[in-house]
Amino acid sequence: MPKMNMVQALNDALRVALGRDERVVVMGEDVGRVGGVFRVTAGLIEEFGEERVVDTPLNEGGIVGAAIGMALYGMTPIVEIQFGDYLWPAYDQVVNELAKYRYRSGGEYSAGMVIRTPVGGGIRGGHYHSQHPEAPFIHVPGLKVVCPATPHDAKGLLLASVRDPDPVIFLEPKRLYRAAKGEVPDGHYTVPLESARVVRSGPDVTVIAYGAMLYEALDAAAKAAEEGVECTVIDLRTLWPVDIETIAASVRATGRLVVVHEAPRTCGFGAELVALVCERVFYHLEAPPVRVTGFDTPFPYSLEMEYLPLSHRILPAVLEAARS
Amino acid sequence: MTQTERQESRNPAPLRDVVRVLGDDGTIVDPTLDPGLSGPELVALYRDMSRTRILDERLLTLQRQGRIGFHVGSLGEEATIIGATYALRPQDWIFPCYRESGAAVTRGLPLQAFVDNVFGNANDLVKGRQMPDHHTGRAVRFASTSSPVGTQIPHAVGVAWAAKLRRDDVVTLAFFGDGATSTNDFHAAANLAGVFRLPVILLCRNNGWAISTPVERQTASPTFAEKGNAYGVPGVRVDGNDALAVIAVVRRAVERARSGAGATLIEALTYRMGAHTSSDDPSRYRTESEIRPWVERDPLERVRRLLEARRLISRADDDAYRAEVDRSFREAVAVAECTPPPGLHTLHEDVYATPPWHLVEQREALLRGSRPAAPPRTV
Repeated sequence: MPKMNMVQALNDALRVALGRDERVVVMGEDVGRVGGVFRVTAGLIEEFGEERVVDTPLNEGGIVGAAIGMALYGMTPIVEIQFGDYLWPAYDQVVNELAKYRYRSGGEYSAGMVIRTPVGGGIRGGHYHSQHPEAPFIHVPGLKVVCPATPHDAKGLLLASVRDPDPVIFLEPKRLYRAAKGEVPDGHYTVPLESARVVRSGPDVTVIAYGAMLYEALDAAAKAAEEGVECTVIDLRTLWPVDIETIAASVRATGRLVVVHEAPRTCGFGAELVALVCERVFYHLEAPPVRVTGFDTPFPYSLEMEYLPLSHRILPAVLEAARS
Repeated sequence: MTQTERQESRNPAPLRDVVRVLGDDGTIVDPTLDPGLSGPELVALYRDMSRTRILDERLLTLQRQGRIGFHVGSLGEEATIIGATYALRPQDWIFPCYRESGAAVTRGLPLQAFVDNVFGNANDLVKGRQMPDHHTGRAVRFASTSSPVGTQIPHAVGVAWAAKLRRDDVVTLAFFGDGATSTNDFHAAANLAGVFRLPVILLCRNNGWAISTPVERQTASPTFAEKGNAYGVPGVRVDGNDALAVIAVVRRAVERARSGAGATLIEALTYRMGAHTSSDDPSRYRTESEIRPWVERDPLERVRRLLEARRLISRADDDAYRAEVDRSFREAVAVAECTPPPGLHTLHEDVYATPPWHLVEQREALLRGSRPAAPPRTV
């Protein structure tokens, strides 16, 4: 199997998607000639032409709105929003139109499509190139939200998202674009949505992470092991609908939970995960669940490594959970 | 200033650049643009406009009687709505605002489905999920109606774009009001339509008002049509109370779209004679005197005068048709009113293609639980 980084794996997925279904269209700002600002779409316009790999004008609401129309007509648009921070101009189209189209039309119409966007910090991007906006989209009924952590999953989840009948917000951890490397199968395969992956197994503490923070959680778990605390680390992969069974089974076994995410803490996805665990396996808990997250501040520039919930902040939380 | 004066003050030669075919007195003022409808077609046009108005009146009455929750009408704008619908072909898609339900019926949405929608009952195509008059009709290529303003315009652009990519002979038409031209979505959609030369028709019903906001508060531009210039989309103004002129300009836009030349922005000059919706009180922001000149320009009367002059319809025919619409409406209401609300199981359907675990759990909890007190308690 070829070894790829996440950019190459995503590029491969898009090539496969465009090649196997002529209804698939890739569209967004700078996705054509330059191949995307992160080069995820590099080479696609040469291979599939400018009708199917479309450099659009700079208006995210218009891009998503037009893509909704394409989807209503039976196409499968894969929209790139250049940064997760620029999803907000399209927020109305995503929330009031895309997410509700099937429901409000009584199932007469649907708008299956994928919105890909790079998210997360650690790349010296300041607050307009670093946000990790999963929670507002998870909160919207009708959307699925995906966030891969490995090249293998990035390709398999993207191909699953393209085939999914519902709209998918596909969050790509940009810090991993070139940092995450791994074997990626050739051709078409899917990683099923709604299935988490247990990356490391241990009886003491369950650590839930996704995207770039998975590697921080794994680093913390390795260091905790040196101190005699063995963690189960779960990579959610699909954030919503979340694989609650895998989470509940793990917390039932460990009785201790640490949730990690980059986004701000208050009303973040961690709050929902903790609530779900409390509702389901409260009497198995041996310690208060802990959230290790970004702060409730805008994303900073100079102090971004202080903002991010990196291994050095996860480790004490794991040890505290294990020892309380 | 009245809407008439506003239009004329912006336009040094009043209405000269506005396409007109049918005069207020029902005579053809510009035979070169006459779309040339046959006698039966003219009668059908008049009847579709007439039915639109009758349904509008009856629905408002139902709302005032407390039998339906809401109504948004189209009084005075029937020529724009029905004329545009007449100019489209069956394969063309309509993206409505919320004031064009007459277009859905004209396209063949069954009257019973139309009435079931306003009651939000178990037979409502959208399963009681939307306010009254928010229709959807896939079979008649009528997109889902949204309450937010302007959001449907990029969707119309997207369907046109997809059809162009698929090499299908399909044109889309987006209806929207003058207020929508201030939205981001209008700008974004018109821009995409221009850049990609898409087979879409952007039809602005300039009816003078966006709830209480007059057109001069929406734009400092002398016309809405000329906004198209900024996007490379030609704009045309048409007398929106002249059904034949609307048919002529929309047909021309369809031909332009089919030829690959791209989009057209149409500004239909009309007037919202009624309130914004059943929840609105126009006496707070406009006077009756403003409405008066538009009574003279009644779009229905114009077509009726033409039909009478050509002896295509008699007063008795007209009365019989109106009675027939009334009767079938009453029958549909009788059926709709005794149709139960949508089943509880529908509440969690269609959020996703297949309900995920959390919706299955929530549905089970709903079905197990007790039912709310009706009507809702007040403090």
